[in-house]
Parts: sequence; structure tokens; C-alpha cells
Amino acid sequence: MALLEIANLTVDFATATGSLRAVDGIDLEIDEGEIVAIVGESGSGKSVGMLALMGLLPWTSTVSADRMFFDGQDLLRMNNRERRKIIGKDISMIFQEPMTSLNPCLTVGYQITEVLSHHFGGKRRNYNDRAIELLKQVGIAAAESRLNSYPHQLSGGMCQRVMIAMMIACQPKLLIADEPTTALDVTIQAQILDLLIELQKIHRMALILITHDMSVVAETAERVVVLYAGQQVEQQNVRELFNKPRHPYSEALLNALPERAQGNLLNAIPGVVPGQTDRPQGCLFSPRCSYVKEICIQESPIAKDEILCHFPLKPSKSNKSIAIDMGSQ
Amino acid sequence: MPQLLIKATDLHKHYGIKSGYLQASKKLKALAGVGFDLFEGQTLAVVGESGCGKSTLARLLTMVEKPTSGQLIVDGVDITKAQTNTTKKQLRKTVQMVFQDPFGSLNPRQKIGHILQEPLVINTKLNSLERRQKVLEIMDIVGLRSEHFQRYPHMFSGGQRQRVAIARALILKPKIVVLDEPVSALDVSIQAQVINLLIELQKEFGLAYIFISHDLSVVQHIADKILVMYLGKPVEQGPIDVIFNDPKHPYTQALLSATPSTNINKKRKRIKLTGEMPSPINPPTGCAFNPRCQHAHNSCKVSEPIMQTYGNSQVACLALNEKRI
Amino acid sequence: MSNSSTSSRSALSQQWQEFWFYYSTNKTAVAGLIFLFAVVFMAIFADIISPHEPAEQYRQFAKLPPAWMDGGQMQFFLGTDYAGRDMWSRIIHGSRLSLIAGSIVVILSLSIGVLLGLISGYIGGWLEALIMRVMDTIMAVPGLLLALVLVAVLGPGLLNAMIAIAITYTPSFVRLTRASTLAEMNRDYVVASKMTGASPIRLMFVSILPNCMAPIIVQGTLSFSTAILDTAALGFLGMGAQAPTPEWGTLIAENRDLILNAPWTVTFPGIAILLAVLAINLVGDGLRDALDPKLKRS
Repeated sequence: MALLEIANLTVDFATATGSLRAVDGIDLEIDEGEIVAIVGESGSGKSVGMLALMGLLPWTSTVSADRMFFDGQDLLRMNNRERRKIIGKDISMIFQEPMTSLNPCLTVGYQITEVLSHHFGGKRRNYNDRAIELLKQVGIAAAESRLNSYPHQLSGGMCQRVMIAMMIACQPKLLIADEPTTALDVTIQAQILDLLIELQKIHRMALILITHDMSVVAETAERVVVLYAGQQVEQQNVRELFNKPRHPYSEALLNALPERAQGNLLNAIPGVVPGQTDRPQGCLFSPRCSYVKEICIQESPIAKDEILCHFPLKPSKSNKSIAIDMGSQ
Repeated sequence: MPQLLIKATDLHKHYGIKSGYLQASKKLKALAGVGFDLFEGQTLAVVGESGCGKSTLARLLTMVEKPTSGQLIVDGVDITKAQTNTTKKQLRKTVQMVFQDPFGSLNPRQKIGHILQEPLVINTKLNSLERRQKVLEIMDIVGLRSEHFQRYPHMFSGGQRQRVAIARALILKPKIVVLDEPVSALDVSIQAQVINLLIELQKEFGLAYIFISHDLSVVQHIADKILVMYLGKPVEQGPIDVIFNDPKHPYTQALLSATPSTNINKKRKRIKLTGEMPSPINPPTGCAFNPRCQHAHNSCKVSEPIMQTYGNSQVACLALNEKRI
Repeated sequence: MSNSSTSSRSALSQQWQEFWFYYSTNKTAVAGLIFLFAVVFMAIFADIISPHEPAEQYRQFAKLPPAWMDGGQMQFFLGTDYAGRDMWSRIIHGSRLSLIAGSIVVILSLSIGVLLGLISGYIGGWLEALIMRVMDTIMAVPGLLLALVLVAVLGPGLLNAMIAIAITYTPSFVRLTRASTLAEMNRDYVVASKMTGASPIRLMFVSILPNCMAPIIVQGTLSFSTAILDTAALGFLGMGAQAPTPEWGTLIAENRDLILNAPWTVTFPGIAILLAVLAINLVGDGLRDALDPKLKRS
């Protein structure tokens, strides 16, 4: 049985200008110890989906799914008390902005021991040793003295390490990392990613890495889920995705990177991600797709083999991909 | 023969930081000895991590602040000396800036048309119709539609706002544009659009760019020359191909190796850097990089390295000088 | 050309629409707004609405109770005061004075306060220190007491009372504006304007000030209600509007002795003050919620 099973997860928000569908039918299954990356740009719903899993969305949201099971427990029908027992203990999440993710009024030691005492009971003081051990594990020097530091006394990289220490304190089975290194410098980013992989191996944690940075995905993930405008457009193992992307959006996204530019100009994708008011009738990517056909504009595609496209790409011998199933066109 | 637009020599910028009522103020050396040349139509990339001084450099180049010492000649005018109001006005038209945050760089209470007209209102004597005409022209060049004239910034996406910011920078027809992480806050697909726009504009108007970024893949694509900075000091500079193919300074090597790549078939050799960048108020003695450098020696803790020429590039490294690497 | 003007109108109306969407979710705020409109209407059309002249004395009907009590008459709906003047007419005309007093106080204190706040926040240095210390001194003295002292110096009367109260409200506007100015000053868009050569005046009034308006508007609305209260208090103490001006506080003052015999002469002006102040406070609360970006839903 998979550790995490999500089927057809949908999230709607009630806004001042009507209802907004932020997530539209995500399917995801994760086994113990796997590393999966969820990739998408802004408006893709990648963070919202995982926040829905954790029950951290505001009251204006409506979450629905066919299945949302973690370790055999139904997350959808759980009440808040039962959910609080799992969140932070079996499922943990680290966020993008390390400086603002920690409570500025409480010391680092307080925040780590608070997590432990909440889930395992007893006084916070009893967990000081465990907190020091955790800080050492995440690579913070002089861990004993750091227990009494406040977040503003630490750098961004160190705050992120503290965040990670807090989140692995209870040895979770699943760790969700939402853009954990976007706000950090590139050398610190490398250190934090190495740390996450190392911890993941030691503790046999499943890791969901949410990011918009394709290069981070290439170096870290085993499997990749690509999201566009709230929909899941492709799910592949990482090698396949980078060598032979099968959805036009994945291909266009990779081609738009500076590394893959052939010539002076980059291969930009024309247009913008659809917002609330300009959602196309058929395939959401159709206004920007270079392989678009008549049926793409009229009808929404149905997923075949985890690819949400009327005409999934199949790569030819050369670098350029061609479309199969040209249909009546 | 392209014109020399910027000649910076040994620029220093110090700030006084008060640390307590009775203690003397400490000196924060934000910039320590930066120098470079920039010609018409060229792009110089300034690369480094937070705290390296690239934002300070941007402020000096756009004349928001004056250097503490050193010389900065912009379009033939030495701005470190006192200037008359007319020269200041002229210089303002020569150097303009595009900021990192597309959400914060536009006044949320002003319509786009008003934001773009402001530089013309302040610096020219055009009447309202002429200004409007110029604004519509520049909006067309950067890919905005004429109806956007009446809209407020919050009605636009990040990419469109950056286009407005670029339009604002170009409306006074500058020769030099300082771009402070102009695409870092944008999605990949929008990044590509904006970078293409910048490249086309450079070709059409013969602009010189100072491109500040931490994203080395973008830098590799757009820049001609690169200046790598660490804790306010330049550590390596030279043509882009030379630096990327054969980085000589240990920090440049670590930076390049830390940058992830989407080339999944190639295994990278990673140089792991330990620790973090020290605070600029308490820099290490000697070479600023020595606590994290794998080639550090005793001499590195004592003396500061100076920029030396090695082939086509310049490097400030004692290990290199002493032929240890 | 017409294209852009219609889109500008629609952009503006879209702003109002969005503002009204947030404001209308607060039902009490909307109720307050309706009541406020009623008071404004009453003040504007006082001459037409009020059944009698406010200063006209009907000696034979002095101290008449309200219409629903024994001895009351419909033509004097809320009864009459000690001199036989119709309470309802006096209260209607008094609304005019209260609204004028509130407006003048807010306009004075807001304009001076915002100006000083902008200058002290933007320029800083010794000027900022001087302005803030003066404001601290004003704030250290209890508001009404300071107003009394000023009125004693300037002489009693509604106008002087308004000036005095305006001075006591200025520090809160200065502080508010200074705080907003300090926050907005270093934002990128201000630096961008500076880089194109904007003068300090332009930066202060065109770039920074419009972005500080939300808390100032809320403070202005709430000051309006407090101004009405303070004007009434000064009137009650005999230092504000002088009898026979039908200002609500003065009405209470001149009928003070009748509180046991003819309680309606002091109760109804009191209720008028209460309702007006309540309505304005509700409107101010609604404005604060509607203008606060953090409370926005989407």
C-alpha cells in the first residue's frame, strides 16, 4: 500500500470576483522513501495542493478529492483533532521563507522542544538534549549555545536548517518541502539540498519537493509531476522527463531555459498562464502550445498514461520532438 | 570603435554603523576596490551572493550614493567630483535602473501612463500630448498595449510589470541600464520573454547593461563580461567564456559547481563549500574567502590578495599568485 | 481616445466596486453609513425640515413634555425647553453645527498633521526630533484640558473651540503619517522616482503620500466622531458654543437644571450625540476593514 494516495484532488477558492479553481484533479501516489518533485510556475497550484493535504488552507477554500489517504488514514474525513496528531509528526512541511517561518519572539530551542513535547508529551525541558542532537544533525555548529538564539540572530541558511530540524524532530514518514531553497543563495541552496537528501536516506522519509526550478529537480528528484494552471499535465520519472518530455508544456518549459537556448534569443513561451477570467474552453495550454490543433481548442483533454494532452509527444531520433496521433488534421 | 561609457577604478564604499552609545562606530566595508570598464552595447554581469556588495554597486552607478573613495567616470564625467545641476540632470538621463521586485518598483497608486510620464515631466518640457505620444511609443516597443495606459499596477502580471519598469528605464533614452536581478522574481517562461526583450532592446538602441544576478545560467546567456564579487571585493573578472570554461578563483569554481543544471546525463563534480558568508562588519583577516577555501594557507589569513592578470581574466587569489593551484 | 476614457472610467468604477464589496460585508458599517447620510441630509435641509425656528420661543408652551407623554403636543414632537423652544427643531439645527465642527476640526488637524508627518519622516534629523518632541508635549496633556486652556486664552466660542480641539488631534496624524512615510520611503518605487530626478516635494506628495492614505482616512473618520464629542463637552462646560446656539452640548448645558423636572430637554440632545458618534465610529471601523489589504480575501 502506498504511503500517500491522492486521487482527483480539487481546491476552489471563494474570492471577491467569483470562484477560483486553484487545483483541478491532481493524482499522486508516493511510497515510503521516494523523492517526488512537483514542478510548476505561479498559478499552477503546486503549493495549494500540498497545503490542502495538511489542512492549512484558509476558510475560503473548498477541498474535495476522490481519495486522500495517508498511511491508511482518510485525511479528507478526519476531524481537526485527529489531523493535528499527524501534522508535524508523520507529515511535516518546510516553507520558502526561512526568516519568516520561525516565530521571531521565541528562541530556537523553545520552538524545537515545543514540537517534541506536543507530540510526545511531557515537559519541554526534557527534550533539550534531543534538540541539541537535531541541531547537530542539520549541521549547525555550536548547537548548545544556539538553543538560546532568536531567529533574527541567524542567517537565512541557518534558519532553514532550524526549520528542517523542527520538522524532522518527530521522524516523519513524509516531508513536504515547499520551495525550500528559493530564497537562499546558490551555495547555501546546494548545502540545504544535500542535507535534505542525506536526512531522507537516513530516516527513510518520503520527500515531496515543490519547486519551479527545473535544475533543482534534475539533481534531486526520482519522479516528477508537472502542473499547469492547477492541472496535472505530466508525471514521469526524472530521466524520462528531461530527456524525452511528453507534454508540450514540459517540453516548452525545458526549452525556455537559458541552457537550452540555440542562438541569441531564448525559446520563450508566448502568452501567459490563464488566470481566473481567461480560462480557455478546451485544453488550458492551447493558446500557447506550438502543436495546437482544432480539437485542443474545443475539448479538454483526458489523461492518457499520466499525460494530459490530446496528442502526447513522442521524441524522434533528433532532438526535436514530433507529435503522434495527428488525427483528422 | 564603441564608446567607453563607464570607467570605474578602485571604488570603495564604507558605512558607519553605530554599535552602542559609548562605542565608536564600526565601519561596514560594503565595497572594497571594485574596478571595471563598460563599453557601448556591452553587458557586464555582476555576480555574487547576498552581502557581496552588488546592490551597493548599483546604488553607486545610478548615483543614488557617492563612493567613499575611488574614481567613477560615467560618459566622460567624473561623478566623484561635485557637479552642477545641469550635469546631474544629464547624467540622470544617461544611467537608469530596473529593479528586482516587479511588485514594489511601481507606485501602486499611480496609473501606468502616469508612472511612465513622470520622468518626462521632471526632465523635459514636453506638453501633455507629446508626453502621451512618447509613452505610447515606448509601451509599444516593450510589448504593452495602448489600453494599459489607464491601468493600475496591480492589474498586471509580474512579467508585464517588469516590462513597465523597463519602459520607464528607457523613456529618457539612457545609454546605460543597471538591471538588478530583473528576472529573478519571474517564472521561467516569463523570464525567457523578458530576457529576449532585453536582448532585442540592447541591439536596437545600443544600450550597455550592468546585469546583476545570482542566476548563472541567465548570466552565461546574456553577458559579455563577468565580475564575481565576494564580501565587497572583486575576486575574478573577465570575458564570459573564459570565466565559465576555466574559472580560476576557488570561489568562482565553487559557485559554478553549486549551480544545478538540467543536463541530467552529465555528472557534475561538486565543490562543497562549508559555512556561510561572514558578516561584512567583521570580515576575516587577510583574504575574505579564507575560512571557506580548501586551498587556504597561512599567508591567506594575513595578507589581502590583489587583482592580477592571468591570460584574459583578472583574479585576486594568493594561492594562484603563489602557484599553489 | 474614447477607448481609453471608458477603460479609465471602468478602472475607477471597478475600484469602487471592489471597495463596496468589502465594505458591504460589514452590515453594521452599512447601517452606520445610512444613518450618517440621514444626519447629513438633516443638516443640509435643516431649514426645510424643522417644524419651527430653533430660536423661536413659545412662552406659553415652556417645558412641554414629548408628544407621547401626558401633556405633550404633536407640534412640539420632542417637547420644549425652559424657554419654550422646540427641542426637535433645535436638535436638527444642532446637527449642522456638530457636522461643521467635526469637519473643520478634522480638516485642520489632518492637513497640518499630515504635512508635519511627511516632513519629519522624509527629512529626519533635528527637524524630525523637534516636531516629534512638540507633538509628544501636546499628547502629554489631557486633550480636553488643553482645549480648555486654549479656549480660555483665545476666548469662548465655537470657532475657537474647534481650533483648540484641532490642535489636540494633530499629534496622532503626525505619528501616523510619519510611520507610513518611513515605511514607504525606502520602497523601490520611491527610489525609482528619485532616480529620474524627482524633487523632495514631488516625492513626498506625489509618490509617498497617496500610499499612506488608508490609515489616515480611518483616523480622520474616527477623529470626526471624537471631535463632535469634544465640541459637545466644551459646549457643556460653557467654553464652546454659547447659548442660544443650538449646539448639542450647549443644549445639555443650558437645560442642566431641568434634569429632574424635564429630563427630555437633556436626554434627547444626549441621544443625538450618542447616535451620531456611534454611526461615525461604525463607518470608521468598516473603512478600516475595507481598506486593510491584509483582510482582503483574494
